[in-house]
Amino acid sequence: MCRRACSFRVGIRGKDIVVLGVEKKSVAKLQEERTVRKICALDEHVCMAFAGLTADARIVINRARVECQSHRLTVEDPVTVEYITRYIATLKQRYTQSNGRRPFGISALIVGFDDDGTPRLYQTDPSGTYHAWKANAIGRSAKTVREFLEKNYTDEAIAGDNEAIKLAIKALLEVVQSGGKNIELAVIRRNQPLKILESKEIETLVAEIEKEKEEEAEKKKQKKST
Amino acid sequence: MHVLHHTLKSCSCYPGVCSATNTGGAVGFCNHNSINFRTLTRRKFLAHQTISKMALASVLNSDCANFSFETSQPFGFGCGPGQSGLGFDATPGDGLSFSVKNPLCAGDEDGVERKIEFLHGTTTLAFKFQHGVIVAVDSRATAGSYIASQTVKKVIEINPYLLGTMAGGAADCSFWERLLARQCRIYELRNKERISVAAASKLLANMVYQYKGMGLSMGTMVCGWDKRGPGLYYVDSEGNRVCGDLFAVGSGSMYAYGVMDSGLRQDLSVEEACELGRRAIYQATYRDAYSGGQVNLYHVHSEGWTRVSQEDVLMLHQQYKDQA
Repeated sequence: MCRRACSFRVGIRGKDIVVLGVEKKSVAKLQEERTVRKICALDEHVCMAFAGLTADARIVINRARVECQSHRLTVEDPVTVEYITRYIATLKQRYTQSNGRRPFGISALIVGFDDDGTPRLYQTDPSGTYHAWKANAIGRSAKTVREFLEKNYTDEAIAGDNEAIKLAIKALLEVVQSGGKNIELAVIRRNQPLKILESKEIETLVAEIEKEKEEEAEKKKQKKST
Repeated sequence: MHVLHHTLKSCSCYPGVCSATNTGGAVGFCNHNSINFRTLTRRKFLAHQTISKMALASVLNSDCANFSFETSQPFGFGCGPGQSGLGFDATPGDGLSFSVKNPLCAGDEDGVERKIEFLHGTTTLAFKFQHGVIVAVDSRATAGSYIASQTVKKVIEINPYLLGTMAGGAADCSFWERLLARQCRIYELRNKERISVAAASKLLANMVYQYKGMGLSMGTMVCGWDKRGPGLYYVDSEGNRVCGDLFAVGSGSMYAYGVMDSGLRQDLSVEEACELGRRAIYQATYRDAYSGGQVNLYHVHSEGWTRVSQEDVLMLHQQYKDQA
């Protein structure tokens, strides 16, 4: 499926923050680079990243955005992340069971905060099933990164906002070739809208991670020598 | 909708008879003299509007209502809105209902549709205080000046933590609130949490709004306790939906407001609040002819609602007389 050949996404659920990381494919010289195409806000407190056919995703995102506002209108409450995930999953399932239509070719990572402040991360796939995750990756090389996350997703690793972001970057660096330039990061903090990190911030964080790696390598050397 | 409109315009009909030449084909007859065609829209609306307007018009104009034509085709949830359910020699407001025909509006003969102001012959009230919501209602049902029943349940238990009161048409209130109970239960199952009072009242208001102008008569208060605390909303068949701390609905509401406004404080204890609600209903039944019977009192708190008391108004009268 196209998902495997497409660029890579990772989602991390921290304690007070949720992080979505995306591999930015290098664009042709004459093409104008739009910063984020693959991470979209569905409402103030929910956003999603997808892997797969961009055109299909556009439809799903439009419907999800309308549903978020309809929910606010009829129930006078913002959607819970689970509700909108269920809606998207039901939408996808409908297309697997009707004639003359093909399923949506996208996998989505939906992150956000519920009204009571709990962070959530869900993944949906074209069949219409959805699961909650603590940390997940979709797209190219998702398997290797999932193993990396399984090893490195500890309570310490997500203790603070910065740590959670660093974990996402580390996961991305496993896959992405040339470092900070091809990484796109979006974070939602509790009670704050979606924020896309600028490339400068990403560069500083990548530099920090490199430093930490070197320090660890040195420590190991010292231990071996003594 | 507009297609139908143009077709009707183009059909060359003269007052008296018009065969169904429109594409919908749903109208079997129409009487140009008394019907205003500008309001007709979709097919089903067309059939229903014509029939219900004729029913209303004939009821207004004559002493004895003419029920010889078939009732309108049911739509929505299988209920035919309008006059179904009334007896043969019915006057408006007959049958078990809390509606009282307003004598001021009876004389419209020019055929232009005029809104009928049904005074809801009842007294229901609800107010929020620090320990939740108190709901107090009377229990009299009248048909004109005939007291049909003194023991009507005007509080509808939607679910263990939501209550709805009844004022207006009994059938309308109980039907729509039972439908609301069904919707609330489905919401609870789908979302694994209780529905909020705001959402429940919104659902009811939206359901009823679709029938606006078709003769539903319902003035209800949705009371409950959700994660935002005590909730109280007034919803009626005109499409109003208002959040508030104190509501009284019905012909006896003014008398009840008088008592409530002078006695309501936020820091009432549960006992005091119940007594206030009881007293307010009693005073309303004392002065209003269309309220009486018993006072049913409910208290909604964080665990749900509890039925506090049911007392006959005559007993209360003795009680208050002895106290004074």
